[in-house]
Amino acid sequence: MIRLDNVSKLYPNMTRPALSDVTVDVEKGEFVFLVGSSGSGKSTFLRLLLKEDTPTAGSVHVAGKDLARLSHWKVPALRRQIGCVFQDFRLLPNKTVFENVAFALEVIGKPRQLIDKVVPEVLELVGLQGKGGRLPDELSGGEQQRVAIARAFANRPMILIADEPTGNLDPSTSVGIMRLLDRINRTGTTVMMATHDAVIVDSMRRRVVELDNGKVVRDQSRGVYGYSK
Amino acid sequence: MRSQFVTSELFNALRRNTLMVVAVVITVAISLWFAFAGVLMRKQVDVMKGYWYDKVEVSIFLDKAVTQDQRTSLQNDLSGNPQVKSLYYESREDAFKRFKEDFKDTPDLTKDATAQQMPESFRVKLKDPTKFQDVASEFLGRPGVEQKNGIVNQRTLLEPFFRMINRLQWTATAIAIVQLFAGALLIGITIKVAAFSRRRETGIMRLVGASNLYIQLPFLLEGAVEGALGGLLAVGLLALTKLYVIDQLRDSIRFTSWIGWPAVVSVIPLVLLAGIALSVIASFISLRRYLRV
Repeated sequence: MIRLDNVSKLYPNMTRPALSDVTVDVEKGEFVFLVGSSGSGKSTFLRLLLKEDTPTAGSVHVAGKDLARLSHWKVPALRRQIGCVFQDFRLLPNKTVFENVAFALEVIGKPRQLIDKVVPEVLELVGLQGKGGRLPDELSGGEQQRVAIARAFANRPMILIADEPTGNLDPSTSVGIMRLLDRINRTGTTVMMATHDAVIVDSMRRRVVELDNGKVVRDQSRGVYGYSK
Repeated sequence: MRSQFVTSELFNALRRNTLMVVAVVITVAISLWFAFAGVLMRKQVDVMKGYWYDKVEVSIFLDKAVTQDQRTSLQNDLSGNPQVKSLYYESREDAFKRFKEDFKDTPDLTKDATAQQMPESFRVKLKDPTKFQDVASEFLGRPGVEQKNGIVNQRTLLEPFFRMINRLQWTATAIAIVQLFAGALLIGITIKVAAFSRRRETGIMRLVGASNLYIQLPFLLEGAVEGALGGLLAVGLLALTKLYVIDQLRDSIRFTSWIGWPAVVSVIPLVLLAGIALSVIASFISLRRYLRV
């Protein structure tokens, strides 16, 4: 589902590469934690999957496509297969919960009837039934992140990328979010989650890929967070 | 493409920075006004040329000591010349009458004049006014024709005037180009501001895989609406120019003809089209860097 072969990324004006000779293979339906300290290359890793950046060397395959050969105008089609969740939620403050989720479907041209059917379903999946009319400001942090996950998942992507989704949440709320991501993973969606949260990684016992200074220093199935330290 | 989504985005955008939209509309309107005032000026010059060139003629002034034989011989040769369309003879008395009529407002000039001071002349209209030189070389220097400046092409007298109008027209065009450039820049800036203020939305749109067209269309439409509004305002300004400048001039200056409403109406589609094209191109260029996938 996701394959990086000897990928290096060197940003201009930087002496140290952000990623260096990274090789990772993720099967369909896997749940992978991407761990490492700040600046270890996690964000660059995720950006490459979305083709927001191109690698300096090596090849990236996502959902069966070689991103280097993917033409410019096919990038939107790639991104429709990848849902994204962020630490800062990135909701539109002037739209309701329902509208925020609907927006993601509207802008890829889905018909109204489909949107009216899908949005309540996905809001129920994330546990926000009955809150579709609220504005993001009226929700707790955990609920806002659930909206963001609903938006990322509304189009039923094959891959869900989560960049520190629990970074702004307290531990008990984080557990709820992790349960939700686990449920999404069980529907067959590949989940790739970058995180700092040792407790979560340790309790989930899923595959862990650790980056340090742009290199993969550990790739372990059923791993824990702080193994190599 | 869901048109409802696009139009609601569009109206939100126009509402959001009303002042900037007003600035753009005014700049586009002024620049289009100048540009198409220049076009109308050109049409006016064509009308004037047609009117005046139709009236001007070649004058062949006769020597004071011309004899009756010379005069008859000249008249015969002129009327036999294939280039000559019409010919009439102006006697000293005719010339004097015309002189008094032309300068009736300056009595100082006419009070001491007599018919004897006026030259007699043949007035010739040519079939092809540009063949003046052929005719002039044939008759200049013939006995009975005034030696110095004996043959005058009135067309050349009008040329400095048309040159001046031409220069005015180029000035208007230059101003219009600078204005259009400023207008295009302003549109580019407003679109950039709009894109910046909506970067949250466009960021999410990119992330969930909205196509480029879907992301850019609301901005391009915003530019197009601004351009069209500017075009409409320019049409209004051109109509006012016709009413308050050309029609006023027509009432006071009666020795020429003026362009009418059909000429003004015929440029309206061009004005609107130019406004829309200008702003869509400007928006597109300014977006290319901003909303790349």
